[in-house]
Amino acid sequence: MTALTAERLTHLERLEAESIHIMREVAAQFRNPVMMYSIGKDSSVMLHLALKAFYPSKPPFPLLHVDTTWKFREMVEFRDRRARELGLDLIVHINEEGVRQGVGPFTHGSAVHTDVMKTQSLKQALDKYGFDAAFGGARRDEEKSRAKERVFSFRTATHRWDPKNQRPELWNLYNGRIGKGESIRVFPLSNWTELDIWQYIYLNDIPVVPLYFAKKRPVVERDGTLIMVDDERMPLEPGETPEYRQVRFRTLGCYPLTGAIESDATTLPEVILEMLLAKTSERQGRVIDQDQAASMEAKKQEGYF
Amino acid sequence: MASEREDTTDTGSSASDVMAPDTSPAPHQENDSAAQIAAYLKSQEDKDLLRFLTCGSVDDGKSTLIGRLLYDCQLLFEDQLAALNNDSGRYGTQGPDELDLALLVDGLAAEREQGITIDVAYRFFTTDKRKFVVADTPGHEQYTRNMVTGASTTDLAVLLVDARKGVLTQTRRHSYLVSLLGIRQVVLAVNKMDLVDWDQSTFESIAAEYRTFAGRLGIEHVTCIPVSALKGDNISQSSTHMPWYDGPTLLEYLEQVKVGQDVTDRPFRMAVQWVNRPNLDFRGFSGTIASGTVKRGDEIVVLPSAKTTTVKRIVTMDGELDRAFAGQAVTLVLDEEIDISRGDVIAAAEHRPGVADQFSVHVVWMSEQALLPERSYLVHTGSSFVGGRVTRIKHTVNVNTLEALAASHLELNDVAIGDLHLDRPVPFDPYAENPQMGSFILVDRMTNATVGAGMIDFALRRSTNVHWHATKVDKRVRAAAKGQAPCVLWFTGLSGAGKSVVSDLVEQRLNAMGKHTMLLDGDNVRHGLNRDLGFTDEDRVENIRRVSEVSKLMVDAGLIVLVSFISPFRSERQMARDMLDDGEFLEIFVDTPLEVCEARDPKGLYKRARAGEIPNFTGIGSPYEPPENPELRLEAGEREAEQLAKDVVDMLAQRGVI
Repeated sequence: MTALTAERLTHLERLEAESIHIMREVAAQFRNPVMMYSIGKDSSVMLHLALKAFYPSKPPFPLLHVDTTWKFREMVEFRDRRARELGLDLIVHINEEGVRQGVGPFTHGSAVHTDVMKTQSLKQALDKYGFDAAFGGARRDEEKSRAKERVFSFRTATHRWDPKNQRPELWNLYNGRIGKGESIRVFPLSNWTELDIWQYIYLNDIPVVPLYFAKKRPVVERDGTLIMVDDERMPLEPGETPEYRQVRFRTLGCYPLTGAIESDATTLPEVILEMLLAKTSERQGRVIDQDQAASMEAKKQEGYF
Repeated sequence: MASEREDTTDTGSSASDVMAPDTSPAPHQENDSAAQIAAYLKSQEDKDLLRFLTCGSVDDGKSTLIGRLLYDCQLLFEDQLAALNNDSGRYGTQGPDELDLALLVDGLAAEREQGITIDVAYRFFTTDKRKFVVADTPGHEQYTRNMVTGASTTDLAVLLVDARKGVLTQTRRHSYLVSLLGIRQVVLAVNKMDLVDWDQSTFESIAAEYRTFAGRLGIEHVTCIPVSALKGDNISQSSTHMPWYDGPTLLEYLEQVKVGQDVTDRPFRMAVQWVNRPNLDFRGFSGTIASGTVKRGDEIVVLPSAKTTTVKRIVTMDGELDRAFAGQAVTLVLDEEIDISRGDVIAAAEHRPGVADQFSVHVVWMSEQALLPERSYLVHTGSSFVGGRVTRIKHTVNVNTLEALAASHLELNDVAIGDLHLDRPVPFDPYAENPQMGSFILVDRMTNATVGAGMIDFALRRSTNVHWHATKVDKRVRAAAKGQAPCVLWFTGLSGAGKSVVSDLVEQRLNAMGKHTMLLDGDNVRHGLNRDLGFTDEDRVENIRRVSEVSKLMVDAGLIVLVSFISPFRSERQMARDMLDDGEFLEIFVDTPLEVCEARDPKGLYKRARAGEIPNFTGIGSPYEPPENPELRLEAGEREAEQLAKDVVDMLAQRGVI
């Protein structure tokens, strides 16, 4: 972004500069970093910042998508198209053992599915390629336990996070020193809020998955949540028929675990307007967070992003 | 401010200022919405960011204050409120019917159970004037490191005191730490005014006492505001209970206060983070501007090499810039090809930073494991990681009374003034002038944990004034005359492992081959050079440091030096390794099991240690840290000393030392 005439950065410029600084530190301090690419709006912003940070070079690390095989089809199309357009190295990792066992959200429930196809799969991928640093798009405003996590967040050789024993993080000095097998999760968007993300997408014209915009989509209502019937793997209850409703998504994940909201917001400004007026925070659409108050903290300790 | 309360939006009053007061989405007014949101987003582009710290103890109502700010700014979404209602029943301290605002901000499960804040948590809220990032830090003395961490990235501090208690020890402690970190603006929020009947004289006497104290610490700007976080008085809305107060509310003050303007006015500095080299035609230097401004054509100097050139281009993905200023992340292309790498600093040629390797510093110690003088740590400053040691602790500071206290080592949460020596010179400015150029962290060499943080006060001497005396006959010439490559054979292992026996045999063999050697044995050196040292951790570190320095001189003399020392700590062996050139330090781990050493017990020391007569005896009362990657490991429990000595000599032959 261009600077204001007065020599002062706007809040988005300050956030952008901070994220770029963090990314360059990672490129310089680590041997084999990777950027987690989850295809959502935060990943889109993170990727855009990476393009800026290293311009005119390409980002000096690959993208990694941990594919649970239950992502929305539009997400997968978007992912492949963006990687191709930008000429970036994209690694897609699937937990084949989980696939062989037929693990999925309908047969095994959200907790087992998320653990096997997401958390375990992520650890497999990190081990397989020997990545020593992994960027994630998490923000501190998303959830209470995230608010305490460091920008450079240390993980043991078994990928565990110890919230009570985090490295102090001062000024803009990031300590990326690790021992064999240990790694660092890096959160360059730590200080961004959901509104910052959307504003930045708007100002920089960053492409996002069309699922964020309202459209008639086939959905069924289950326990008050609208679930999109994205493919034939979704078992319908007796008497349940998908109906077409004008819906969109505030957050994207596995389609059986992601609630849609009814909306008429078909453009970016309308999406932002709707968000400003929204009465529910974005993670509410994620079925996995609602289990218990401290569930995210527990999952993060296990190695979840 | 009243309009802020009218709708529930993400952005406080701003949305209501720009948009219709009706809060329901108006799908039929799509064009209107688009225009409104475009106007709104435009107005948001100009907003800046204020980062502030809140400190105070649990009882002062700090978390309640932040909860109140978030609540008043209507950042609380409906489901967060619903979850809050649930949690309040289980953990709340305000009774079942009243919302406990503090629960909004105490994040970790452990904290909710204990009812205290134990880490730094970051919170976000926004109004139409500013976006705010709040670092919420704990108040207890044992969390000094957390407060220092939170303070390091903030522009301003909001200090809470309880109106019933006034300025307490902890208020003084927090103020000291805030001033230590160079924060120049402090808001004293005198909270719980409702509990002192909104009494003006109570507030005024607390404010007066505090201003006097803050003045002594050199805090430039102090603003005192009487508030009740619980009731919401003078947080975002003027209190009707305190008509005698005509100053700003806390939020009004935070929206208006000017901070951080001075870094742009200081001379240009940028630490090179990353060399950007996509192809042979482009070579740029990426970094974040720490201070000042830079223009195309400006004359710059690269430090520590002191080479000068001019700025040719300022590159960003959004186009090239004519000028860039503090806080921006850019890539500079320079006029001439000069050798620049990560860790170098690009600075204004006419206003250069200093370059030095010895400093007077303030250190805040953040580890359970004590800081020992002369122990080697990694020092991360700017974009460099350099080996370094705190060579002297002048004194620690009692953070409650500001008294200076003598100390032989630093413990968790100690704040001290001391001398820092680095292994090589780095560009710097004093912290008070330029925080990014004068701050550093200390990293443990073995665990890689961040164990301390510090601020440079001044350089003890300018490295540029210290010249090594260059001699014609150097190490290489001296060694060549002896027909050998100089090196240190560092024998480490438990007492009784066989170090002295093996090193003695190795030296005999080398001498028989006509090689020039010197043997430094732990016991022998302690009779002379290190006669003044005991066996505390501090003294062990100093013991090894002296032996390392002596070995280095002998390597310069061209000798093969055999050092036979228990040297139980990895850090000190690493220090010795770092003093020498690559390949000169050969670590030989005489690996004999403790049981075998104890059974041998040649000097009867194990028996005495077991009897409690020798405290800190390695392997009994003090740990031995085995080498992780020694050049040679001798399984000394089973094999004959002669065989072991042969292994060492074979290794030397293989490495071309002899």
